[in-house]
Amino acid sequence: MSVGESITRVDAVQKVTGQAKYTADLAPKNVLYAKLVHATIANGRVLSIDGGEAEKVNGFVKLVTCFDVPKTQFPTPGHPWSVEKAHQDVSDRTLLSERVRLYGDNIAVVIAQSSLAAAKAARLVKAEYEEYAPLMSAKEALAHTEHPLHEEKPDNLIAHSHFTVGEESYEQAKAEEPDCLELVKNYQTQTVQHCHLEPAQSYAYMEGDRIVVVSSTQIPHIIRRIIGQALSLPLGRIRVVKPYIGGGFGNKQDALVEPLAAYLTTVVGGKPVMVELSREENFTATRVRHAIEFDTRALVRRDGTLIARKLSAYSAQGGYASHGHSIVANSTAAFKQLYRDRKALECDAYTAYTTMPTAGAMRGYGIPQSDFATECMSDDLALMLHMDPIDFRLKNCVQAGYKDPHTGITFYSYGLEECIQKGKKAFHWEEKRKEYAHQTGDIRRGVGMAIFIYKTGVYPISLETAGARLTLNQDGSVMLQMGATEIGQGADTVFSQMTAETVGITEDRVHIVSTQDTDYSPFDTGAYASRQTYVSGMALKGAAELLKKRILDYAAEVLNRPAEELDIRQNNIVQAKDGDVLLALAKLAEEAQYSLKHSVHISAEYSHHCTDNTFSSGACFAEVEVDIPMCRVKILRILAVHDSGTLINPKLAEAQVHGGVSMGIGYGLYEEMLFNEKGKPLNDNLLDYKLPTAMDSPDMEVEFVQVEDPTGPYGNKALGEPPAIPPAPAIRNAVLNATGVAVDSLPLSPQKLFEHFVRAGLIKEEQGNV
Amino acid sequence: MIKLLNMTVNGRAVSVPVEEGEALLETLRNRLELTSVKRGCEVGECGACTVLVDGRAVDSCIYLALWAEGKNVLTVEGLQDENGVLNPIQKAFVEEAAVQCGFCTPGIILSAVEIVGSGKKYTRDELRKQISGHLCRCTGYENILNAVERIVNELNG
Repeated sequence: MSVGESITRVDAVQKVTGQAKYTADLAPKNVLYAKLVHATIANGRVLSIDGGEAEKVNGFVKLVTCFDVPKTQFPTPGHPWSVEKAHQDVSDRTLLSERVRLYGDNIAVVIAQSSLAAAKAARLVKAEYEEYAPLMSAKEALAHTEHPLHEEKPDNLIAHSHFTVGEESYEQAKAEEPDCLELVKNYQTQTVQHCHLEPAQSYAYMEGDRIVVVSSTQIPHIIRRIIGQALSLPLGRIRVVKPYIGGGFGNKQDALVEPLAAYLTTVVGGKPVMVELSREENFTATRVRHAIEFDTRALVRRDGTLIARKLSAYSAQGGYASHGHSIVANSTAAFKQLYRDRKALECDAYTAYTTMPTAGAMRGYGIPQSDFATECMSDDLALMLHMDPIDFRLKNCVQAGYKDPHTGITFYSYGLEECIQKGKKAFHWEEKRKEYAHQTGDIRRGVGMAIFIYKTGVYPISLETAGARLTLNQDGSVMLQMGATEIGQGADTVFSQMTAETVGITEDRVHIVSTQDTDYSPFDTGAYASRQTYVSGMALKGAAELLKKRILDYAAEVLNRPAEELDIRQNNIVQAKDGDVLLALAKLAEEAQYSLKHSVHISAEYSHHCTDNTFSSGACFAEVEVDIPMCRVKILRILAVHDSGTLINPKLAEAQVHGGVSMGIGYGLYEEMLFNEKGKPLNDNLLDYKLPTAMDSPDMEVEFVQVEDPTGPYGNKALGEPPAIPPAPAIRNAVLNATGVAVDSLPLSPQKLFEHFVRAGLIKEEQGNV
Repeated sequence: MIKLLNMTVNGRAVSVPVEEGEALLETLRNRLELTSVKRGCEVGECGACTVLVDGRAVDSCIYLALWAEGKNVLTVEGLQDENGVLNPIQKAFVEEAAVQCGFCTPGIILSAVEIVGSGKKYTRDELRKQISGHLCRCTGYENILNAVERIVNELNG
């Protein structure tokens, strides 16, 4: 047995000794450095670029401007390509841009012999602009269309989508139920950044007429396709290599600097060129999480039955489409999936270009945003009804066997209610709610919670396909190659465990090749959508079963016995019925390779086209202490309970939850990208952007409800992204419980709490003015 | 201007030519190929480039290489014993699942070496403060604290 055991990470020793190599560690000595020149306006057009001073810098090699690059527009999001034009990603970007669509847009690039020379020269490049007013929110961009950001979208609207659930409209339901209470609210989430510790970076060089790109990416095979599109080159001439990466969280599920690096090597005769972003550039010139605003209405009966909801969601895209409307479309789906409106749900979603950093995929893909809205709404409704918020949720939340009416995705392994009950008990919920019911004074405590639902992978919205390859070594160990990527989450470790489990060997006999190289790695779309243990796990299981069959067929030949009577257990060929050891696998493997009678190189490759999906779910509970005069929230206790099917490696699963909860705490209390009125970023660094430190992070409690999922290759389902979803609303609801103040936008920063507490009379206005 | 820097790195005396304005981060990474020293922000905010200079943790991105003249520099490449056996702190990080993407790991391990080197005992909250100069986006610091707390208790208990 290997699946279900908490083995140590297969890459841990390499990572504590410095042996693990990341992109920048692999760059050749003679690499040239490229430094981007960024626009110093948020909206407008480049009229001219003057590189005269830059050329004088010692070590200067070349200046490439937006006027020099190909006019080919390409898409950047890391989706599997759709062969149907209607479903293809928006191609709205060139390698460098004449039309400035955000503060810091890439308008030119300097290549030099050292990173210092490149940075010096880039600073000396001068540009003249025609300037327009910045468009800082989705609603603002939709209202001001004098200078559309992209001519293909004259209204700045990338897309609008609409869905309904139920036979009638919200207004009909309202007319039929005059006794219902109605809640009208606007909930808002902010722009945040992934802040993986390794900034985005790639270097590229040529081998003959082929371009090799080494990159910190979650999606090497997709990056290869995008580079081909950007450079109008056949994909066979591009090779992408993905070594260890220092975190991604969705940012690196996008073509960030890869197409540019690939292009730049072609303009310097194939010499290696490195594009290494600074931390500041990583904030503004990669991707961010979409700020989404929800205008909502909800109708409830006085007994707490949810009757109908109606909402419009406005998603701020930033300057380029990237993942675009997919995010808010996924976001709004959570409204129908998490709760049951007895009569009607009407939902509209809009994605608008804005002159802000481009938003893309980030852990949870729109769900942390909508979960903030649904979970604030549940508590606000419960408060209006004088009902316990858990009782309200149990009365209205998704039930076992749920099937999405539009996508058909089914909740095959339902653990949500058990998660809620488990957390409620562990948190002494009822006692705490009673204890905190009537508080006075400056320091008050409260408990709050939030639930969520999350699908596993992207089927049926997009293609789900994965590949795995296993080769038997002469010593009976196995080489494992996956197209799926290790990005810190522990994929390589759980894939090794799956291989050991299915082949019948111990994990120490599995050697995983961590690097993906599109020249030899099996195809897989990569790390996103919490899909790999599920979808890539299916491909791996297929490969492992095939390898095992081939080994047993050869063993049958050697032992002169039917293969059906044989099995592999603990690195031995055994008799299936009683486990009697017949031959060491190592011995058989050696024979297979070198036999003078019949040598066979035993290997197995398997690709899996996945047409399944299932839901994960869970609940987060938070207990806070609010210092009202100081406008400060301290988390006393936080508990995450997850329904993620069978766990492959409980210890790593728990660690994954820790990281997600921490990201959720940052989202809830601290993190927000700020801009001045001109659209210039104000806190694009790790000092002013408040990423949680160890001092801001409480001890995190983790529980699991393990319901085996019948569709998961090992009973497993999504876990990677979900932990980041519910902490922010759980904290917001705990603050509501403590103070009676409902904060409807994120984050709950001291400034915002101060304004709310003054309005609520908790802080006297005179006090506030001091 | 190029100058010759003499220092001890991971127990070995080295003489290496450096630019006057060069950060120790660049010297270690580019000239001595000690790539465990990571570049995360280059302005002393994230702690990924932490190394020990004479036993004290410094951000090597904002520490001039020439300041290390005559000093002892330690990176994680220098932590294993001559047989390659992991240092107890490295071992604790492996066993406590304190490692995920691994990019902040070498820096935090070196801070842990400094903490253990103090010979003092610390509460968990004191340890939070001690490692608060390191940013980590993967772990929420939970297992990192478990590893550091365990090793401080074992070695300084």
